[in-house]
Amino acid sequence: MTGPTPSTVSGNLGLRLEEPLIFEQGDPAKTGVDLPEPGDRPDRLGGLARSGPIGLPGLSEPEVVRHYTRLSQKNYAIDSGFYPLGSCTMKHNPRLNERMARLPGFADLHPFQPQGTVQGALAVMGALSDWLLGLTGMRAVALSPAAGAHGELCGMQAIRAALDARGEGDRRVVLVPESAHGTNPATAALCGFKVRGVPGDARGRVDLDAFLAALDDGVAAVMITNPNTCGLFETEIIALSQAVHDAGAFVYMDGANFNAIVGRVRVADLGADAMHINIHKTFSTPHGGGGPGAGPTVLSAALAPFAPLPHVVAEGEGEGDDGGWRLVEHAEGDMRPFGRMKGFHGQFGVLVRALSYMMSMGKDGLRQASGDAVLNANYLLASLGDGLTPSFEGPCMHEALFDDRFLKGTGVSTLDFAKALIDEGFHPMTMYFPLVVHGAMLMEPTETESKASLDAFCETVLALAEKARAGETAVFTEAPRHTPRRRLDETRAARQPVLRWAPPASARAAE
Amino acid sequence: MRYLPLTDGDRRAMLARIGAASVDDLFRDVPDEALAAARFDDLPDHATEMAVERQLSALAARNRAAGAGPCFLGAGAYRHHVPAAVDHLIQRGEFLTAYTPYQPEVSQGTLQYLYEFQTQVALITGMEVANASMYDAATGVAEAAAMACRITRRKHVLLSGGLHPHYGDVTGTFLRYTDVAVERLAPDPLGVEDRMGRVTGETACVIVQNPDVFGRLADLSALARDCHAQGALLVVAVAEPVSLGLVTPPGAMGADIVVAEGHAIGSPLTFGGPGVGLFATRQKFLRHMPGRLSGETVDEDGRRGWVLTLSTREQHIRREKATSNICTNSGLIALAWTIHMTLLGEAGFTRLARLNHQAAVALVERLERVPGLTVVTPTFFNEVLVRLPGRDAAAVVETLAARGVLAGVPLARFWPTWPELADGLLICATETNTDADMDALVAALTEALQ
Amino acid sequence: MTTLYFTEDHEWIAVDGDVGTVGITDHAQAQLGDVVFVEVPEAGRDLNRGDEAAVVESVKAASEVYAPVSGTVTEGNAALAETPAMVNTDPLGEGWFFRLTLADPSELDGLMDQAAYDAHVAGLD
Repeated sequence: MTGPTPSTVSGNLGLRLEEPLIFEQGDPAKTGVDLPEPGDRPDRLGGLARSGPIGLPGLSEPEVVRHYTRLSQKNYAIDSGFYPLGSCTMKHNPRLNERMARLPGFADLHPFQPQGTVQGALAVMGALSDWLLGLTGMRAVALSPAAGAHGELCGMQAIRAALDARGEGDRRVVLVPESAHGTNPATAALCGFKVRGVPGDARGRVDLDAFLAALDDGVAAVMITNPNTCGLFETEIIALSQAVHDAGAFVYMDGANFNAIVGRVRVADLGADAMHINIHKTFSTPHGGGGPGAGPTVLSAALAPFAPLPHVVAEGEGEGDDGGWRLVEHAEGDMRPFGRMKGFHGQFGVLVRALSYMMSMGKDGLRQASGDAVLNANYLLASLGDGLTPSFEGPCMHEALFDDRFLKGTGVSTLDFAKALIDEGFHPMTMYFPLVVHGAMLMEPTETESKASLDAFCETVLALAEKARAGETAVFTEAPRHTPRRRLDETRAARQPVLRWAPPASARAAE
Repeated sequence: MRYLPLTDGDRRAMLARIGAASVDDLFRDVPDEALAAARFDDLPDHATEMAVERQLSALAARNRAAGAGPCFLGAGAYRHHVPAAVDHLIQRGEFLTAYTPYQPEVSQGTLQYLYEFQTQVALITGMEVANASMYDAATGVAEAAAMACRITRRKHVLLSGGLHPHYGDVTGTFLRYTDVAVERLAPDPLGVEDRMGRVTGETACVIVQNPDVFGRLADLSALARDCHAQGALLVVAVAEPVSLGLVTPPGAMGADIVVAEGHAIGSPLTFGGPGVGLFATRQKFLRHMPGRLSGETVDEDGRRGWVLTLSTREQHIRREKATSNICTNSGLIALAWTIHMTLLGEAGFTRLARLNHQAAVALVERLERVPGLTVVTPTFFNEVLVRLPGRDAAAVVETLAARGVLAGVPLARFWPTWPELADGLLICATETNTDADMDALVAALTEALQ
Repeated sequence: MTTLYFTEDHEWIAVDGDVGTVGITDHAQAQLGDVVFVEVPEAGRDLNRGDEAAVVESVKAASEVYAPVSGTVTEGNAALAETPAMVNTDPLGEGWFFRLTLADPSELDGLMDQAAYDAHVAGLD
C-alpha cells in the first residue's frame, strides 16, 4: 500500500477492509482445488510442452472466498441501494431467474449435442421468441446478439443486406439524431454507412422539418431512440417512419428505452423495421458488473429473410411444447442470412433468465411495470423540479433529465454533485449524457423502486442542491470521502498505463 | 405483483404530486393510434414463482444434461468441473447486480478483479497486456482482425482452415460491410494448408487456432516469423483455455494477438453461451486494442486504486471513429473465470491441464483399437479427429445418443455440404470423463461400426 | 521571420519560408483537459489541407488534428509520446505536433491571424 493511510494501524476502517492483490498474497505451493494425480502415459504434445512456471499465485479455498467477498464489499449494487442510472435500467434482478438458469437441464448442456437431446432448450428459445414478437408486433427475431450494441450491428447489417438485395447498395447515409447513444454512429460506420446528424428541437425531440430536409434518396436508414435519450416520447414518430419508408429507407429503432413502453406500445405500430432489445435492462437479467447481457433483435417482414443464423423453428404436429423444434445452423429454403453474429447459439443462459422474468410478469405485469417506471420518473421530475432545473417540460417517460443550470455560480459541477450523492449512499445518475443539454443529469428510477426509496433520494438531492446554493462547496468538491477510495487520478492511469501486476523490481532482480 | 413495490395508494399520492389524472395520462405523448393498435392477447398473464419454476423445470427435463451420462463433446465448448465456491461468489449481489464500473470510488471490487483477470490472461497466453474481456472468442477473433488492419493499415485478413468455423463465420460477418477482404481457407483436417502462399503485401494478419478445430497442436514459431517478414501479424485463437496450462503459449511462439474462449474455466456449458473472450496483445499495440481496461492509479489520498482507462478508444467518446461499436465486456463470466483460476493457482492449473491430456491419451489408446475407426490427429491436447471410413458420422452419433452416450461432434454439423468430411468425428476427453465413460464409448462405437 | 496562422478547428501553424510547424491552440488544450496521448504523423506522409493528420486524447475526449495546409510531413514530435503533458503546459512551443513542407503557400490566405482567431474564440462562449 502506498500513501498516507487512514487513522488505523491496519489501514482498515471497521467493515471497510483493505485487500491486496492475489499476486501479493499467493504461494505457488498452495491450491484451492484438489485434483487427482494425472497418469504418466507418454505425452502426445509433439514437443510443445510448456517450459518454466507461468507465474500464477496459489491460494487455498478459504483465502479465495475471503478475497472475493472483501472485493465484493467495495462495490455498489442494486441489491444494496438505489441506482438511478439513466439509460441503464437498473431494475431488481429476481433470483428465480438465477435458479432457473442453473437447472442442470439448461446449465449442463453442450451446444453441439444431437438436437433430439436439447428439445427443451430449443423450446425455451422458441417461447422467448414468441414473447418478443408478441410484445413488439414484429415478424422475426435474431436471438444471438450478445448485447445492445451487438444487436444494433445485427439490425443495421440486415438493413444493408436488404438494400444490397434490391440493388440499392449505393444508399450509404444513415441519419442519427444528435441526442443518440454513441454506439449508433459507431455501428453505422462499421456497416459502411456515413453518418449525418439531425438536430433536435426546443422540446427535446427530433426536429421534424430538419429531418425531412435531410431525407433524400441517398439515405439508407434512420437510427432513432424512442423514447429518446432525453426521456421523451418522439411524438411525431409515426409520421417520421412513414416519411422514411416513402423515401425507400429503413427505420432502426434503438431499444435501449423499451422499458418505458413494454406491454403498452408495439414498435411495429410505430413503423420500426429493426430494434434490439436489451435483455439485461428491460427483462431484468443482471448487469454483472458489465455483462454478459443479450441483445435479441426484432425485424420487420422486409428484413426477416436476412436474419443471421442460427434460427429456431417449430416442426411437426402441434408446434411448441408438444411438437418438435429444430435449430437451423445453415441457410436453407428462401433464407438469405447476412451471416452469423456469435459463436454457438447466442447468450442462452441470459435468455433463460429473461423468459423466467416474462413468465413471472405476464402481459399484465409488464404493462404495470412500464406504467410504474414512467410514474416513478415523473415523480422524480415533479419532486425535484423546484430545486433542480429540468431540461424539458413533462410528462417524461421512464427517465427524467435535468441540467446544471441550478448549479450556475456555485462552483459545483455535475460531477461534484454526483460524487456528493455517493457519500450520501446513492449511486449517481448518468452524467453528461445526453450531450444536448449542459451538464446533463439523467435519472432512471425503474419500476422496482418503492415510493419510500424515491422520497429518501429526493430529500437528499434537494438538501444537497440547497447546500450548493449556500456555498458549502467542499461538500461536493472533496466528495466522496466515505468510500473505499476517494477520487482517482484518471490522468495518471491514462498517461502511464499500468494494466497488469508485475513482480516488484527488487524481486525480479533477485531471481 | 412480487417485483413491484408501489401500492395503489402510493400511485394515487404520486399522481397527485405530479398533477396527472392517471398513469395512462402520463403516456399522452404516445400517438393514440399506436396505443389503440397494441394487442397482446396471445401472451399469458403473470404467474407465481412456483408455477414458473414448474414450467421451466419441465422444459429443462426435456433436455439430456451433458453430465447425465458419458459425454465426449468439445469443438469449442469443453466440459470441466467447476468448484462450488465459484458459483457462490459470483452470486454475491455486489458482483451480480452492479453496473459497469464507471464510478470507480464505489466499484473498486469489480476494477480490482478485472485487473487481476487481465494479469492472469496475460500470464497464461504469454503476452504483455490483456483487456477486461470480450463477448466470446468468436467476436474476439473478429475484433482481432479489425485491430490488425488498424495497426498495419492493410485490408486483407487470411483465416486458416483450422480455425473454428464459428470464429470464421463471425469474423466474416463482422467485417462484411467494411473495406477489409476476409479470405477463408478450406477446412484443413490434415494440417497441410499453404498459408504463406496466400499472404501478400496487403495482408494485415493470418489467423490460426491452436490446437486447431481438429484438435491438432502445432508449433507456430516459423509461421510467426514468416508473417512478420511480410509485415503481417499473427493472430492465434485458443478454444480450450485449459490447454494453456500444459502447452507452449502463443506468446512464446511469436503471436501478436491472442484470443481465447474462457468459458470452459469457471462456467457451465450453458448451451454455449454466455462465454467470455480472453484478448491479449503486445504492449506496443495497446492503444489499438478494443475493449475495456482496468488500470492502476492512486486516489486523492495517494492510496492505490483502479479505474477504467484509455476509454477514449470507446464508442461513447469516439462515436463513428471508435475502435469497435461494442461497449460491454463479459464481466460476470470473467469473474467466474478469474475465481476459478485463483482457486486452481499455478499447481492446480498445470495439473488440470495434465489430467486432460492424460485422459485424451488414454482415450486415444482405446480408440486406436476400435475396428473401422482411424485417429487422424497426431499431436493434440484433449481432442482428436477420428474418421469412420464408409460411415456417416452424424448417424453414428445419433445411434450412440440413443444409447445414452454423447460420442462427439460430427464434422457435418459444421460442413454439411462437404461429403469428404462426412465420416469425420471430433472426440474430446476432459478430467470429467471416467474410465467407465471411456469403456462405454468404446463399446458403443465398436458395436455401431460392426 | 515566422508568421503564425490559426484555423477554426483550433490548430496553429507557424510558417517560416516553406516550412510550417503545426500544433493545437491554448484554447484547444484547455477544452480537452489533461492530454494523455498524442499520435503524430510519420515523416514522408503527404497531407492535403483538411486531412486528419494527428490524434490527441485526454481522459474524457479525443479529437483529430487536421492539416491546416497541404504539404509533406518532415518530422513528427516524438517527444509527445513520452510526455503528452507538454501539449497542456506549452501548446505553442514544446507541444508542437509535426512539421511539414508547404505544397501551396497560397493556402495560408484562408487562415486567421492572431486577432481574428482571438475574436473567433471569444465568439464561441
